[in-house]
Amino acid sequence: MAPPEAAAQAPAESTPPAAGTVLEARAVSKRFPGVVALDNVSFSLRAGETHALVGENGAGKSTLIKVLTGVYRPDEGEVRMTGQQVRFARPFEAQQAGISTIYQEVNLVPLMSVARNIFLGREPKNRFGLIDFGRMHRETTELLDGFGVHVDPRRPLHTLGIGTQQMVALARAVSVNARVVVMDEPTSSLEPREVETLFRVIAGLRGQGIAVIYVSHRMDELYRICDRVTVLRDGRHIHTGDLAELNRMRLVSMMLGRDMAEVRRSGVTGFAAGGHDAERTPVLTASGLTRRHQLQDVSLSLYGGEVLGLGGLLGSGRSETAKALAGALSLDGGELTVGGRRLRRLTSAGAIRAGISLLPEDRKAEGIIPGLSVRENIVLAAMPRLSRAGVVSRRKQDRIVEVFMKRLRIKAAGPEQKVGELSGGNQQKVLLARWLCLEPKVLLLDEPTRGIDVGAKAEVQGLIDELAGEGLAVLLISSDIEELIEGADRIVVLRGGAVAGELSGDDVGESQLLEVLADHAPVPEGKAPAAQEDPR
Amino acid sequence: MTQATLTPAPAPAPARPLARLRDPAWYQEYGVYAAVAVLLVFNALFTEHFMTADNLRTQLVQVAPIVIVALGMALVIGTEGIDLSVGSTMALAAALLPLYLGYGLVPGLVVALLAGAVVGAVNGTLVSLIGLQPIVATLALFVGGRGIALVMADGQLKQIINPDILALGTGSFLGVPLVVLIAGVLAVAVAFLVRRTTFGRQIVAVGGNRSAASLAGLPVTRVLMGVYILCGVLAALAGILATARLTASDPSSLGTLMELSAITAVVVGGTPLNGGSIRVLGTVAGALLMQLLRATLVKHDLPDSTAQIAQAAIIIAAVYVARERRSR
Repeated sequence: MAPPEAAAQAPAESTPPAAGTVLEARAVSKRFPGVVALDNVSFSLRAGETHALVGENGAGKSTLIKVLTGVYRPDEGEVRMTGQQVRFARPFEAQQAGISTIYQEVNLVPLMSVARNIFLGREPKNRFGLIDFGRMHRETTELLDGFGVHVDPRRPLHTLGIGTQQMVALARAVSVNARVVVMDEPTSSLEPREVETLFRVIAGLRGQGIAVIYVSHRMDELYRICDRVTVLRDGRHIHTGDLAELNRMRLVSMMLGRDMAEVRRSGVTGFAAGGHDAERTPVLTASGLTRRHQLQDVSLSLYGGEVLGLGGLLGSGRSETAKALAGALSLDGGELTVGGRRLRRLTSAGAIRAGISLLPEDRKAEGIIPGLSVRENIVLAAMPRLSRAGVVSRRKQDRIVEVFMKRLRIKAAGPEQKVGELSGGNQQKVLLARWLCLEPKVLLLDEPTRGIDVGAKAEVQGLIDELAGEGLAVLLISSDIEELIEGADRIVVLRGGAVAGELSGDDVGESQLLEVLADHAPVPEGKAPAAQEDPR
Repeated sequence: MTQATLTPAPAPAPARPLARLRDPAWYQEYGVYAAVAVLLVFNALFTEHFMTADNLRTQLVQVAPIVIVALGMALVIGTEGIDLSVGSTMALAAALLPLYLGYGLVPGLVVALLAGAVVGAVNGTLVSLIGLQPIVATLALFVGGRGIALVMADGQLKQIINPDILALGTGSFLGVPLVVLIAGVLAVAVAFLVRRTTFGRQIVAVGGNRSAASLAGLPVTRVLMGVYILCGVLAALAGILATARLTASDPSSLGTLMELSAITAVVVGGTPLNGGSIRVLGTVAGALLMQLLRATLVKHDLPDSTAQIAQAAIIIAAVYVARERRSR
């Protein structure tokens, strides 16, 4: 197979050749216990097109990809390749059929050489039945040169940059006769230069009639290289069509499930109408928070008595910002000031001492300690304060636990029940209690109501309101746009790890938020183009 | 599993005792104690001269060093770690003891225990600061520790003549051998540490969910460091006591395979290898069970190889019961 042309073309303008369908999912459904991951979703991929697959968390993108690549078998519906129904028992069979997947984490063998990786499992043999290294290295060099990547094929893969490793993965995919290449957020760890190379390679694939499924959250990239787009939301198919005919606003609103014409309703969430009275001097000021590939120059201030919303699409750096504020993310630059004093070394413990508490996004992985009781989970961070000479006072613990179980209405068989046995909403309340019993000044809430039932959701929202009313500074991250708008007094919007805009006062509304998210309206100068030039 | 399970785990039905025996959770909780009881009853009925004070004392004296090492091991395993270097630490303590006994009993003991702390600190540094996997990190001193011990001791067995040390090995208080007494006191102390102290609860929290513990501001590095140091000191103490009983310092063979005995005691005692829970009493019972099992078989004239096979069966049973619990 000839290497793709390295010539850069403007792909979005050229129409894909022959519109034959290579890969198709018809009315596919996939259920997991308690979740419908895909609900009657159809998807078709034409030869030679680059097809964007977009959606927020839980939309079903990964499940759809896994169904197409043989990792999962659909509960209902069928997968077809060039019109024939196929049933892949294993991912390997999908690969054999010409579907290659490039994962976010490169799935190659890091300690083997570049050439060995590309020819893994199909090494050229000489007449003694041994590996013909000369030929292998020669062909690898030719193949990679075609991608504009010049590396020594003898080098172990792990000595290369992530971007180059991804090129090697791509080269392997193409050289095993791929007809479909699936790329899941390929640019998330690439440098701008590497992104350009990747785009050239994708353009080359198009020239060879290879179809690409491109998963990304970066609007700029989608519009640059994709022909068509399929939007999924909550496991359902929302839209498929030419990207050129779809403006960004429309695309974002479809992803988020907001109809632009929809009038803002009030009182659906547990937030009371009307804002809070914020104080004049900030409790917490962050300036220039920077971390490679994740955050660039994020600055914001939090005021007591105010809920600051942090908006942005998936991968925009919201959670990273919250973690940075809580001292849980090592930074390349930037500083935090709390109550007028600069925090010198950023650590979780230091941030907690300064009065900053973070309710993490992933409740299971970073929040609860499932094997410990409700009581122990609540007092976890407060333990040193409840101890004398290193011995924890049971009486003090019980008092705090009783107060918070009552105040937050935690439903458990008792304080000694294991947290792992509680419902999601009650686990979340236990975590809130863990932080509230420290009497923080700043409360950072990362998706506080995700995955909890409606009743608990309204309670948590009501609590956020109440806390801000009591003078706490609250940072609220939510993918639920309604929650964000009704809950927040002010919204800072992130895009590509940088601040893209800020909404305050009467500007806190859905259409304004969508505009900033979609990079539609002019935003404060100097901020927006940054996201375009840098991969993050 | 987390879906609105507001009712507590199915309550045991005291009306039908047999139903309990079908519940895997019961075995997880009480299996090891039941097994010890069964063995004792069996021996009382069928083994001559087993339930005599002399024999029981011998059994307890033999198991005491294993219990002491296993206590430290239980703490380490509670943090989702493992410490392979305990046997070598025992040898190191044994090698250092005669070298400093010339300055008196206290300097000898202090130096030997300090050696244990140093080994623990090295392990702790490798695990918590450098981030090595515990099995690899402690493998280094598992291999190297004994080597250092042999170098220190010049590769020789040394007679111990210090009467205080010898008293430690053979003396008794109110009819209970000192070694057993020390192990008993330490078991109570470690149980208190785990259940009631900030440090103990932090160990369990770090083992249960390290990133959550870290986000909650727990001093994860310090906790891990402390756990490995404690484990090292306990192993060194076991080395001193074993040396005292032997009346000789024998760094080439003292404590060999001790790491496996200790891990076995912890696992059989019901502490899960994936951290987040430490069963101190269970660990003591686990060590006792393995000791009694072996003694029983030996007393019935079965070869040592049979005892090893029986021990293997117990380990598999313990791991099986633990697995049942997790999938519940």
